[in-house]
Amino acid sequence: MLRRLSVIEPATLLWLLLVAALVVLVAWPVAELLRTSFMAPRTGEWTLSNYTAAYGRARYVEALFNSLYLGAASAAICAVLAVPMAWACSRTDMPGRGFAWFTVLAAFIIPPYLGAVGWILLAGPNSGWINQAWVWLTGAEESLVNVYTFWGMSIVIALHSYPFIFIFTKSALDLVNSEMEDAANILGAGTWTTTLKITLPLVWPTILAGIILVFLETIALFGTPAIIGIPARINVVTTQLWQFFEHPVRAEVAAAYAMPLLLITAGLIGLQKIMLSRKGYVSQTGKGGERRLIKLGPWRWVLLAWCGFVCLLSVAAPMVALLQASFSRAWGRGFSLDNLTIMNYRYLLFEHDGAALSVVNTFVFSAAAATLAIFIALAIAYVVKRKLLPGGGALAFLCMAPFVIPGIVMAIGFYAAYAGPPLTLYGTAAIMILAFTARFLPIAYANGAAGVQMIHPEMEEAVRILGGGRLTAVKSVLIPLLKKALLGGWLLVFILATRELSAAIFLVGPETRTISVLLYDLSEEGNLEVLSALGGILLVITLVFVGTGMKLIGRDFMLRRGGE
Amino acid sequence: MSKLVLRNLLRRFGSFTAVDNIDLTLNEGEFVSLLGPSGCGKTTTLRMIAGFIAPTGGTIESDGVALSSPEAVTPPERRGMSMIFQSYAIWPNMTVAENVGFGLKLRKLSAEEVRRRTGEILEVVQMGHLAGRYPSELSGGQQQRVALARAIVVKPSVLLLDEPLSNLDANLREEMRFEIRRLHDEFRITTVYVTHDQAEAMVTSDRIAVMNAGRIEQVDEPFALYNRPRTRFVAGFIGRTNFLEARVKGGQLDLGGFALPGSILNGHTPAAGQSMLLSIRPQSIGLSREPGGDALSVPARIVEGAYLGEYWDYLVVPDGSEETKLRVTTLPSQRHQPGEKVWLHFDPAQLVPIA
Repeated sequence: MLRRLSVIEPATLLWLLLVAALVVLVAWPVAELLRTSFMAPRTGEWTLSNYTAAYGRARYVEALFNSLYLGAASAAICAVLAVPMAWACSRTDMPGRGFAWFTVLAAFIIPPYLGAVGWILLAGPNSGWINQAWVWLTGAEESLVNVYTFWGMSIVIALHSYPFIFIFTKSALDLVNSEMEDAANILGAGTWTTTLKITLPLVWPTILAGIILVFLETIALFGTPAIIGIPARINVVTTQLWQFFEHPVRAEVAAAYAMPLLLITAGLIGLQKIMLSRKGYVSQTGKGGERRLIKLGPWRWVLLAWCGFVCLLSVAAPMVALLQASFSRAWGRGFSLDNLTIMNYRYLLFEHDGAALSVVNTFVFSAAAATLAIFIALAIAYVVKRKLLPGGGALAFLCMAPFVIPGIVMAIGFYAAYAGPPLTLYGTAAIMILAFTARFLPIAYANGAAGVQMIHPEMEEAVRILGGGRLTAVKSVLIPLLKKALLGGWLLVFILATRELSAAIFLVGPETRTISVLLYDLSEEGNLEVLSALGGILLVITLVFVGTGMKLIGRDFMLRRGGE
Repeated sequence: MSKLVLRNLLRRFGSFTAVDNIDLTLNEGEFVSLLGPSGCGKTTTLRMIAGFIAPTGGTIESDGVALSSPEAVTPPERRGMSMIFQSYAIWPNMTVAENVGFGLKLRKLSAEEVRRRTGEILEVVQMGHLAGRYPSELSGGQQQRVALARAIVVKPSVLLLDEPLSNLDANLREEMRFEIRRLHDEFRITTVYVTHDQAEAMVTSDRIAVMNAGRIEQVDEPFALYNRPRTRFVAGFIGRTNFLEARVKGGQLDLGGFALPGSILNGHTPAAGQSMLLSIRPQSIGLSREPGGDALSVPARIVEGAYLGEYWDYLVVPDGSEETKLRVTTLPSQRHQPGEKVWLHFDPAQLVPIA
């Protein structure tokens, strides 16, 4: 009378499907990336010649070092911008803490290359607003600032990336018990001594983890280096990879060339993980005791001015410049009524052959990728967290693997795996959607795993003991309870996908251009008014979805630590 | 008729044996508690009965039908049981009525029938007026009542409870003990109740199975369990007790410094030279300033005393045996000073030999 029911649970089928999905999305592209890098293009023989081709020229090696310098420089600038802001917001009575938080949020949601376009308008040599003002004020012959330099590029990147360090630092500071500071105070240390000797050292590992993250973001960044670095003749790894894809396409050399980027990223993320998991350094005991804000006196105005300055540089100035240009006949003529026009927007949406399509593509690809990623990630998170089957750890590992693979490297893997025969997906919507899905799978997984973990298993066991199967339990309890979290994850992936450039640029075909790709193409043409208008469109889309998310899910849904 | 039978039930997690070859039989309509300290295997046993965990060895049968064995396990949803969880597991996305009606809907009853039975059971647990509320609007005790209603309304073949009262405050816990017993008297559902609280088990149960380190030490009615514990663990776990090491010498029980006549152990005649363990509860030892005049009175000295309102708790040492320290409780009015000379009186009926 024993019924062998445990053996044929549908979980086994689900497991096979998930393994298949992860092989397609992660394992196969990575394997192909590796294989391609060791293979002669025509003969198919094993060879190291791709590596000698990739690192045989001084110019290529120099690009790698440029990337590392750029990463270090922008990470350092980020720390200078963000740490005082985070400290002021978390520990002090500085007025306008909400304003500072809003600044960080705004800097975070603005796609990075839009900031770059804004800064070209502000600090382009001769014609940029700052230089024009400088010449007009002082009568000088020379420009004051030039965005087309190494430091110009570093600052522009930092002005988009500092929210990472802010979020890391602030959340760590929020956990430092006030009593730690009180203990120093009672022994005779003043506010500054306490802050420098007690508070900041306590959160230093977390700040360092944030710095590593910015470094990695920067060396994997394609948009800003392409828009600013290429005209400035500053070659970095990502732009060099892009050049390997110009005709004739040398994917095998690109694959070999991408390896250091992959190794550095994987290594540093490992290091970061170790630093963040060091127990007993930052006291993770939660918000013990009453939190006491430090009274700054007149210094609070100094800190507020600093926050205002960061807001001006990272959000207000570049966005005003961008929007002004998008509504201008010629942006250099400034704010006047006869210069005002909506022609640029009308041209893009109704006359340009491809802009309207790119908007549609952006929506479709992003929505499809977000849906796929959330679905797969939730299923895997469920199998792993509920320990339905052995080997769940391997699934989770594969799912999180894209986190240590820069988007641009992922794209080369996808190109190697699926662009050519037998699948020949190059230029199709499918390859774009799959690449976006793979790229954002870790975010979706982190979201899904946190959600499943939150739901007590007994909630589902209660369904089962009353006669419902596992599917009934998922449908009637798990999904309804996770609705909000899943929607938040979906929106986050959607928003990040709408701005995705580094993976898209390698896989895009004539019919599958997205807003971000078109933006890059327009930047090469140099029509800054039309470019700004497209940026304006992307900004509106972003704001609408971020606004929706904040209304439905809560103010901080994009800024949860580890969001990206 | 036996309703639920556990036979040689074994469960290992790696090298750790959580449940070690236990046998237990429940009769139809019986209420049995699994009582023991945390980690004794009681929850693992319960979850094996529910079908959430497969046994490593042994079987579980219900009404003569095998449910679990190492080879095959009927999934929980096909066992016709219901369960009350430690966390209550009230679904926050459903109202009280939807929570309670869920199991009925899964049994494909008509909407009318679901509504009628849900309404009835909510009246029984005094929650009728809150049927439209969501769980987040309920107190802990109210959630507990919803969990009870949800589990009972489906008329399960076996009802399982996993430390259901451990999240309630002391007063509410006491009230709910009697509530659970009242519901059992009303519906007579065969019940397995897991708890680490002996008072809870004694109030609710027909029989209690005391578990320790994966084994069942003793299964008995509450009265027998307290008054006739069979193992040292049971005697020590159910209430407080004094253990006395006794050696049989010339018809006397030598208790290390003082002795009692061997005849006091009714029907239990130990062989000479044998040593044995005796248990006696603190309230079963008499304490007075005068000798009782028979051989069962022993002179002693008060070492320390604590006043707990409802009784005095004394630590007493019999004369001539500094090793033996006895806990003795007395009426609140009976006050002694440390160092005072007293007499202890042993009641033979209360001296229990332990295996």
